[in-house]
Amino acid sequence: MRRLATAAATFALLLLPALALAGGPLEGQTEKQPLNLHAIGMFLVFVALTMGITYWAASRTKSASDYYTAGGGITGFQNGLAIAGDYMSAATLLGLTAMVYGQGYDGYIYMIAWFVGWPIILFLMAERLRNLGKFTFADITSYRLDQGKVRTLAAVSSLTVVIFYLVAQMVGAGQLIKLLFGLPYEVAVIAVGCLMMVYVIFGGMIATTWVQIIKAGMLLCGGTLVAALAMSYFDFSFTRLVSEATVRFAEINLVKDASGALVGKDLLKPGGFLSDPVNAISLGIGLMFGTAGLPHILMRFFTVGNAKEARKSVLYASAFVGYFFNVIFIMGLSAIILVGKDPSFFEKGAISTAAAAGKVVGGNNMVAMHLAKFVGGNLLLGFLAAVAFATILAVVSGLALAGASAVSHDLYARVIKKGKATEAEEMRVSKMATIGLGVIAIGLGILFEKQNVAFMVGVAFGIAAAANFPVLILSMYWKGLTTRGAIAGGITGLVASIVLVFFSKLVWGDILGHTAVNAAGKTVAIGLFPWEQPALFAMPAAFLAAYVFSKMDVSARAKAEIEAFDDQWVRAQTGFGASGASKH
Amino acid sequence: MSSEMYLKMRQNPKFQQLVKTRGRYAAFLSAIVLVAFFGYILTVAFSPSTLAVRFSEGGTFTVGIVAELSMFIGFWILVALYVRRANTEFDALTAEIVEQAKTDIATGSRGAA
Repeated sequence: MRRLATAAATFALLLLPALALAGGPLEGQTEKQPLNLHAIGMFLVFVALTMGITYWAASRTKSASDYYTAGGGITGFQNGLAIAGDYMSAATLLGLTAMVYGQGYDGYIYMIAWFVGWPIILFLMAERLRNLGKFTFADITSYRLDQGKVRTLAAVSSLTVVIFYLVAQMVGAGQLIKLLFGLPYEVAVIAVGCLMMVYVIFGGMIATTWVQIIKAGMLLCGGTLVAALAMSYFDFSFTRLVSEATVRFAEINLVKDASGALVGKDLLKPGGFLSDPVNAISLGIGLMFGTAGLPHILMRFFTVGNAKEARKSVLYASAFVGYFFNVIFIMGLSAIILVGKDPSFFEKGAISTAAAAGKVVGGNNMVAMHLAKFVGGNLLLGFLAAVAFATILAVVSGLALAGASAVSHDLYARVIKKGKATEAEEMRVSKMATIGLGVIAIGLGILFEKQNVAFMVGVAFGIAAAANFPVLILSMYWKGLTTRGAIAGGITGLVASIVLVFFSKLVWGDILGHTAVNAAGKTVAIGLFPWEQPALFAMPAAFLAAYVFSKMDVSARAKAEIEAFDDQWVRAQTGFGASGASKH
Repeated sequence: MSSEMYLKMRQNPKFQQLVKTRGRYAAFLSAIVLVAFFGYILTVAFSPSTLAVRFSEGGTFTVGIVAELSMFIGFWILVALYVRRANTEFDALTAEIVEQAKTDIATGSRGAA
């Protein structure tokens, strides 16, 4: 059970790079739990419903545009929900609740860091994305640059992001499902992989979007219900909740004060692991701009009919995301009292005391689930577990579709066939690519069962922030960007983030086993690169490379590319010539 | 045709006005978000105790909770402000610019289409 706790406590690392700062590696497996019939029953209802939608979506998916972007026929409200669905993963629900429960205010800090990317995406990118793009974000970066080279680069970095993210999700899914449903790890991974392939291959973006919407609805309702029921134990008084939680938190968490005496820790004071300013700023930059460079998030902006709807998408998405984070904050605070004082949720019934920390059954990530059980019994627990499974499924589907589009639309149709592929051929390649990604995800998911995959999400966000985002934003805003500059910037960002993560403590120390003896005489894992987040360094390096190489490029082609910016600028601003909603 | 349209629109003073007004508005709002957020992150890094200060002795609300809740709400209000202005004023101006260019081309190069 101890390994279970360790593994589950670090589960969030798989999906939530932010938490990479919080704990150790995923060093073991979770333990199989007894079959949870409520959860499985409710999950089967979800699967049946989404299969029905996939069947319906398949009949409406005729053209490539339907397949990749739902024909541009999604409304701003629907897309807002779907984006929120993409953004609120199982790790958000479980990991952040656990973080507030275990570390208090620090959890809330992460939430705003996760939220703050959205206004920036709206102000700087949303309408330009919609006005310039068609199916993938490479449509925008290659708009006036060399199609072959720039698309290849975008496809490679998109696929890298997608595969790292996908494998991390798969390993997380396997562990989580083993815990929540009592299914074997392999069965869970294969089930997730197969369902993902079915949604994406048959239903394309229409099915993926609706899976996302339903899941977001379930998550919002489930979270709200648990939080509201929990608040009823405090007479719906936030003041009472906070003061009780503060007292309890200080009882069981002791820190040394300035004079060296042990005192209760303040629930509402930021803890230790963001105290390094470089890490804190790098984390802020990585989360903010990483979000703006994730291929599956960017792709969602092409599913709406015009710039107006694209803006509305962000309006709704940020409302749902912001609301949900605050719900999670309340869940975490309530759990400190309701779960933290109930021996039935602790191993051997031993709750935490000042002397010894109790072990939450299933690890800290199960706190949200225990809270659901406390306030709503097995039925609500089953519902929330089903929501968590649905959440994973929806996120991997979005990722798979984004990866498949990079292969079929960018590499196959534009680079290999140079735009001469028919829509039918392109869609066929996309479906084959989905199967390929599904097989890779299942295979690597099983292979990495016992590995620490926390670094994978770090790589994914690092590449998104350092390779995708700089090239994308420069191609939209800077006239002087040339093909050579875009390639140099993209490769710099890609290589820098991979190298920096490789030499960070997560991989160099924890996985490759490099250690050193610290000041206290303890042997600890170390990294050559002292920070966890590469964004603060990799992103400026990419911008610099793109700038320098563009400036040095005096070829005739570069001149033509720079001249082509003027027309692109008008289209970006006005949307004239942008691909509209589907004809039918 | 397309390129001609883009040229016409670019030459329209209203287009320059649109770009300038919207660009400034977006930059202004982004600056508020960036300053507030990174100011907050720097406070977390350099002066965590500031965020734990209670407004009243033994009270619930700390500087940190109020600051963060205000960011959640405030940023969303900025989003709403931008969406409202862009979806009305800026979109109307855009439509005008596109129409103007179409008319110019139709009258300027009759029969050539």
